[in-house]
Amino acid sequence: MNWNRKDLLGLRELSIEEMNFILETAGAFKQVGTREIKKVPALRGKTLINFFVEPSTRTRTSFELAAFRLSADVINISASTSSLTKGETLKDTARNLEALHADILVLRHGSAGAPQFLAQRLKSSVINAGDGAHEHPTQGLLDIYTIREKRGKIEGLNVVIVGDILFSRVARSNIFGLTKLGAKVTLVGPSTLVPREFEKLGVTVSHKIDEVLPQADVVNLLRIQHERQRKEYFPGIGEYTTLFGLTKERARLLKPECLIMHPGPINRGVEIDSEVADGLQSVILDQVTNGLAVRMAVLYLCGGISS
Amino acid sequence: MKHDDKTTGSPARTPIMDAEAIRRALRRIAHEIIEQNADLKSVVLAGVPLRGIEIARRLAEFIREVSKIGLEIGTIDVAMHRDDIGKRAELPMVHASKLPLPLEHRTVVIVDDVFFTGRTARAALDAISSFGRPARIQLAALVDRGHRELPIRADYVGKNLPTATREEIQVRLEQVDNEPDAVWLLKE
Repeated sequence: MNWNRKDLLGLRELSIEEMNFILETAGAFKQVGTREIKKVPALRGKTLINFFVEPSTRTRTSFELAAFRLSADVINISASTSSLTKGETLKDTARNLEALHADILVLRHGSAGAPQFLAQRLKSSVINAGDGAHEHPTQGLLDIYTIREKRGKIEGLNVVIVGDILFSRVARSNIFGLTKLGAKVTLVGPSTLVPREFEKLGVTVSHKIDEVLPQADVVNLLRIQHERQRKEYFPGIGEYTTLFGLTKERARLLKPECLIMHPGPINRGVEIDSEVADGLQSVILDQVTNGLAVRMAVLYLCGGISS
Repeated sequence: MKHDDKTTGSPARTPIMDAEAIRRALRRIAHEIIEQNADLKSVVLAGVPLRGIEIARRLAEFIREVSKIGLEIGTIDVAMHRDDIGKRAELPMVHASKLPLPLEHRTVVIVDDVFFTGRTARAALDAISSFGRPARIQLAALVDRGHRELPIRADYVGKNLPTATREEIQVRLEQVDNEPDAVWLLKE
């Protein structure tokens, strides 16, 4: 197949072939990081706007570096510096950005569907960098890329995702992508944050982490999002760690080849112990490196076709 | 320059080279590479995907038969270095480039199946320079079909074939295409 999408809005809408195409392309771009000159002219003359209405450092930086390595020009706009705070609508802001001849718009937004709303109205490529609790496709892809790189395949692997699934766009993108590629996904967390409804997506729901860890090939620990938690959903940090944290003791239940992943930033001592985060099974920093390659691939593919 | 693999309709297909002709052409190029490079061990054969990689592999085999020296083979994908990005409605797969490092004091021979406008070669020159600064870069192609758009020439050519721009050259190699080795000229 050849690539022909201008936007990346989520993994739910991608075919298996399209996901594999991005992953293969990411492999080619990962190689660029090992060259003497870590920069290719692929998007020379293109302008990318990082439009982050919700705060983010690592995703924005990763997209920014990916764009630099592709020779694109980058402008960063955050919620506080945009005119959204002055009452401008999202659409008007975006149209203004397009009037500046922005070729690629990387959008993070608190509302699910905001990237799709803009993609349908703009000629520019729109890349979803996280929309509400909906999707975070490049995070899902970099997680899948890392698993495939380390384990050689996705099909048939037991992937356990632990934490606040209900509010997590990372979890949703992982679920859509992993199930499509044939992994067996199990979600673990308090019943308030991991309701049974998720089983409709073709995954298993469990509330007992000690029962699922021994079979796991991958454990992906989501960050406890203090800023989003409300008391009614969350038992309290100490209780969460006791019931669901990947402590040193609990990590002994894992197979030696099981990968430990975390999208970052990690809360040491909350969802994961320091010894585990820094241990041999941890691929957390590989995820960061691979995220750059995946984002280069996505920007190259979506930004590289004629609109 | 890559030709289009999609055969639309049923264009007239004229045979240009058969397996034996391809073998002889590559053997001759192998001899020329040996002649032109006194320090043969410093040569890297860098194939342009997909068929350039297979041609580089065959050249290395012929060179080993003749000189008993095993050359290093690399891959140089030019997709990220092309000058028409943003002008195509679809993008083909990008392959990882792989060259032995460091390239300083070495000779890189770019190997491709068809030499056409010169734009692939230009992109390959650009790609190689991001790996380092080789002492020399040369270019080998199985078929030179003319119509250069850039001031670039090939050092080694298997067959010179004057063509019309509307015609297409189709190279088939057993290991890549699961078809017998052949070069065809396609006319609409």
